[in-house]
Amino acid sequence: MAQSSVMPGFRPTLGFAAIYLSLVVLIPLSTLVFESFKLSWDDYLHIITNRRVLSTFRVSFSTALAAASIASVFGCIVAWVLVRYSFAGKRVLHALIDLPFALPTAVAGIVLATIFQPSGFLGKLLIDTFNLQVAYKPLGIVMALIFISIPFVVRTVEPVLLEFEPAMEEAGASLGASRRQIFTKIIFPNILPALLTGFALAFARGVGEYGSVIFIAGNIPYVSEIVPLLIVTKLEQFDVEGATAIALTMLIISFVLLLLINLLQLWVRKRSGQL
Amino acid sequence: MNAIAPPLINIKNIEKPYRQQALQDPDWVRWSLIAIAVGFIFLFICLPLGLVIFQAFSKGIAAYWSALSQPDTLSALKLTLLTALITVPLNTVFGVSAAWAITRFDFKGKSILTTLIDLPFSVSPVISGLIFVLLFGAQGWFGGLLLEHDIKVIFAVPGIILATLFVTFPFVARQLIPLMQEMGNQEEEAALSLGAGGWKTFWAVTLPNIKWALLYGVLLCNARAMGEFGAVSVVSGHIRGVTNTLPLHVEVSYNDYDIIGAFAGASILAALAIVTLILKTALEWKQANR
Repeated sequence: MAQSSVMPGFRPTLGFAAIYLSLVVLIPLSTLVFESFKLSWDDYLHIITNRRVLSTFRVSFSTALAAASIASVFGCIVAWVLVRYSFAGKRVLHALIDLPFALPTAVAGIVLATIFQPSGFLGKLLIDTFNLQVAYKPLGIVMALIFISIPFVVRTVEPVLLEFEPAMEEAGASLGASRRQIFTKIIFPNILPALLTGFALAFARGVGEYGSVIFIAGNIPYVSEIVPLLIVTKLEQFDVEGATAIALTMLIISFVLLLLINLLQLWVRKRSGQL
Repeated sequence: MNAIAPPLINIKNIEKPYRQQALQDPDWVRWSLIAIAVGFIFLFICLPLGLVIFQAFSKGIAAYWSALSQPDTLSALKLTLLTALITVPLNTVFGVSAAWAITRFDFKGKSILTTLIDLPFSVSPVISGLIFVLLFGAQGWFGGLLLEHDIKVIFAVPGIILATLFVTFPFVARQLIPLMQEMGNQEEEAALSLGAGGWKTFWAVTLPNIKWALLYGVLLCNARAMGEFGAVSVVSGHIRGVTNTLPLHVEVSYNDYDIIGAFAGASILAALAIVTLILKTALEWKQANR
């Protein structure tokens, strides 16, 4: 697109956007970086390699990984069902997928805690029948993060399935492929990049998630304490340095994840010939 | 009665089951997948939603009503509305101007600007709150200056608004940028060449074209502004009746074992979520039929 000289408003719109972006996002975010310069490298390592800190990172990343994986499997099935089949109530199901985006995380948090706590509706059932406690364990965190992850997976896989050419499946069938072969050799490889993107988005969101997790997690140090909660705890104890060091580490990790997601999308577009 | 006539084969008769076999899954596969999908969504989405209503009314309508009409609940609701009323318009104006600058002009650093707009989405809510504590907290960069002038930002309403601004920053812009990019600027150029001014062109040509996407962005921005928990929780200080937004009020009530109070507050937020979903579906439908 060539720059058009007739279009008005370049300076005011760009000027406002740049100033507003700096004031609301860039300057506040940069404080985290500058604040961490106050720490020496040794101090930083000392904070980060603390046993409790490491255990929160382990809990956060493992639960987010598990939740994103489970949500990927089920999200894929949901997307498939929504695109390929017709059944009563499909439109409602379709609209409900986005509930985790629309429902405030605190509400999701207290509801899931109420359902899965040992005296709760499903919590009691699971303890009585399988002797499986969900709340106040990493498993509870996984449950909350599955809820958060659902729309990320469904909404990235769905458009790919919608655009998928049935001709490819027909070609496979005409060459004698069974339905199973068509799925594993034609359909699945085509949705895999989108599925990976959805997985990565869900994972990145899950690592930073706070509101929906803290109620069901019980927040027991070394067991079910997540990184965001430890940041809050440090801040409440006026340990600003500790909170900053942990937050910066997490921020760097999420930026690396974001970069990977963007590279993945670039690779997908290149592979499908859109670039 | 002709022996050498070829047997009558209707090609369509062969093709149809063959096509079906290629493109359709067997009934048992179809129904089990539907059952899995519906079961999964029921367990993770419908059940939680239903439980909010059930818990809120578990002690009857009178208890629900008295929980809602408590001064703390009402002031939390007011603060939530105030926050949304300030943050949503600001981020909308930003979204429109950023989209205008990015999609109507070429300039250096355009792709960096586009990337930076999405930045708040990749920051954990807790960190979004923390950065404002680092800026305006008692030991923060401007902490001393604010103290001198007796201005409170952290543990006060301004902090809540700033954190919400940060968290809801990208919503409007990221809806408008792809749409306005795709639309191109021929229509606006036509209006301008016919003598319309810049503002007139925007109101009469651009706005009607982008209104559904704009509303969509505003809707999502508003839902997040009213529902944000993590970022606001860090800067609010949880002062009842003063710095509690509705989501924070829900948390405080829940932690105090005031289950009715917590779920009464939650029911308002859940209603907001459902209204958001309904409007969102309607807007998607409008956009698809544009």
